[in-house]
Amino acid sequence: MKLQSDLLHRLEEKPILLMTHLVLGYPSFATNREVIRQMADNGVDCIELQIPFSEPMADGPVILKANQDALAAGVRVRDCLEFAAEMVAAHPRVNFLFMTYYNIVFRHGEEAFLEHAARIGIRGTIIPDLPPEEGADLHRRSSELGLAPIMFFTPTSTDSRMREVADQGQGFIYVVARRGVTGAPTEMDAGLAEYLGRCRRATDLPLAVGFGISRREDVAMLTGRADMAVIGTATIRLVDEQGPSAVGPFIAGLLKS
Amino acid sequence: MKKGYFGRWGGTYIPEVLHQTFVELRQAYEDARRDPAFWKEYVELMGNYSCRPTPLTLAENLSRHFGGGRIFIKREDLNHTGAHKANNVMGQGLLVRRMGKKRVIAETGAGQHGVATATMAARFGFECTIYMGEEDVARQRPNVFWMEKLGATVVPVRDGARTLKDAINEAFRDWVTSMDETHYVFGTVCGPHPFPEMVAWFQSIIGQEARQQILEQHGRLPERVFACVGGGSNAMGIFQGFLEDADVQLVGVEAGGKGLDTGEHASRMVGDTAAPGVAQGYRSMFLQDEDGQMLDTHSIAAGLDYVGISPILADLGDSGRVRFEAATDREVLDALTLTMRTEGIIPALESAHAFVQAFKEAPQMDDDQALIINMSGRGDKDIFTIAHAFDDPSWKEFIIRRGEEYSKR
Ligand SMILES: Cc1ncc(COP(=O)(O)O)c(C=O)c1O
Repeated sequence: MKLQSDLLHRLEEKPILLMTHLVLGYPSFATNREVIRQMADNGVDCIELQIPFSEPMADGPVILKANQDALAAGVRVRDCLEFAAEMVAAHPRVNFLFMTYYNIVFRHGEEAFLEHAARIGIRGTIIPDLPPEEGADLHRRSSELGLAPIMFFTPTSTDSRMREVADQGQGFIYVVARRGVTGAPTEMDAGLAEYLGRCRRATDLPLAVGFGISRREDVAMLTGRADMAVIGTATIRLVDEQGPSAVGPFIAGLLKS
Repeated sequence: MKKGYFGRWGGTYIPEVLHQTFVELRQAYEDARRDPAFWKEYVELMGNYSCRPTPLTLAENLSRHFGGGRIFIKREDLNHTGAHKANNVMGQGLLVRRMGKKRVIAETGAGQHGVATATMAARFGFECTIYMGEEDVARQRPNVFWMEKLGATVVPVRDGARTLKDAINEAFRDWVTSMDETHYVFGTVCGPHPFPEMVAWFQSIIGQEARQQILEQHGRLPERVFACVGGGSNAMGIFQGFLEDADVQLVGVEAGGKGLDTGEHASRMVGDTAAPGVAQGYRSMFLQDEDGQMLDTHSIAAGLDYVGISPILADLGDSGRVRFEAATDREVLDALTLTMRTEGIIPALESAHAFVQAFKEAPQMDDDQALIINMSGRGDKDIFTIAHAFDDPSWKEFIIRRGEEYSKR
């Protein structure tokens, strides 16, 4: 409940929240540190910390490459856990979530991973290859520890599937805006509006919409239809091209009306 | 037990966007499986288009050479496109037609599954895209040539280790966008449910035939059955003919590469490099590091060069029903040479792994006992790979001359 009530509280002050994303250790922890500081200073509400995995099957080319480069540079899960603890302590206003693939959690030991995450103050987990059918135990244990298991809605989800998925979810629902992998643009059209309406009717949890959200116009079009905009690939591209100092102005610009 | 699980292995670890696609695929598969007309159509197609039933050949010279058990060879090399891969692919082709989809995608390592899929797509009139690691595209040029000539688009995958597992990831990335009109023709008994079970079903035709043939030719069941194991589809295919016969030893042979102690191999069930894990949609034994990152694998046979193993075989390994062994690159070339010289038969490098282990065990057997080697594919069409593996001087000379000729133009 911690994460959900925090988000609802924030929504009393702001029309839409922001969640950003980065791949731990890419291009380096030092850059991650600076990027997170800029995100936090500009009022980002949630940050997804992606622990790199060698087989990120749901990610597009940019995030895939970031995973590979981080691993090639020798990033270990242990380093990611330590760095996350440091970030949570440094930025108490931000909700941090772990995003990774299931094998990382499984290999570390589910219980040890979740306990560690909860102990250092992580608020939730996003595991794209762990559907409710396979994740029931992990999701139950997460909830017990006060970690929100984040579930996905997608454009191919039927109404009954959405309700089924939402049952295991807490915190918010990650609404995948379109088919495909991360990285390509998403257009607002009648289909998307209708889909977001279906999502809204299926759950009371806040809706975080991601996949292809990268500009102020994207955030504006989601305002009123969703609770949180998720910026993924865009910041990784930005840091690649312009360095970490470009992140603060970019984030601030997303919310200007 | 939960559907799609085999003991503690298997499952459906897929992104939510594919949930509905898998609901529909499972339904189509289960309907087909319940419909006797489907299997009948499949067997007829394989008889008419792909030389089935493939022969069970008594290798008299090899049997005499080793002076032990009678060696029989199940000739999957005589399938159309030269390997057991055709069984799976034609079966899935029939299923795709039933589902009304118009496009197929597939991953390929060695290129065998890619060529088989491109062939099936040509025959059924489907659009076809094949994902193949850049490294494999370079190693397996002749197969790329055939896929393209058969009308498929071959996409080189530049991510990760640029081999089979990366091609699988890329095929999934295509599928999460295109699933409405596209079917992913998974190449082996791995991946999310229902693929392991479904591919095993199509491949079971090998074991059904082999069982009947050995009873006809030898008068009783074999003592042992040998098959190489990459993902595990040819092994599952033949093993299913004998699973219920507790006295028949089933032996799966993995790629020992340069030796298990060198780290350059692809043995999941032999040695201690592999550990339980979840990747590419299923839970099984994977070659991975302490963090759960997949390792680079090596084998002289591209078709065995893979990090995971079928969840069904992992379970049969747990229960002891299947015994696993490993053959090194060196042993494979020796077994290949011997088989060519004594029988005039050219196994694929993958299949030659099964020959290695059978040759080690044949002398321990009595001459009234039989063993079967599943020859999953033929080697002659992989002339570039095999000539390279043998480091053949006159072949190299030929390639250099041809290269000079081309570069002059
Ligand atoms: C001839 C041949 N045998 C065996 C294999 C390994 O696959 P599996 O273990 O699924 O039979 C391959 C894969 O490409 C192959 O081409």
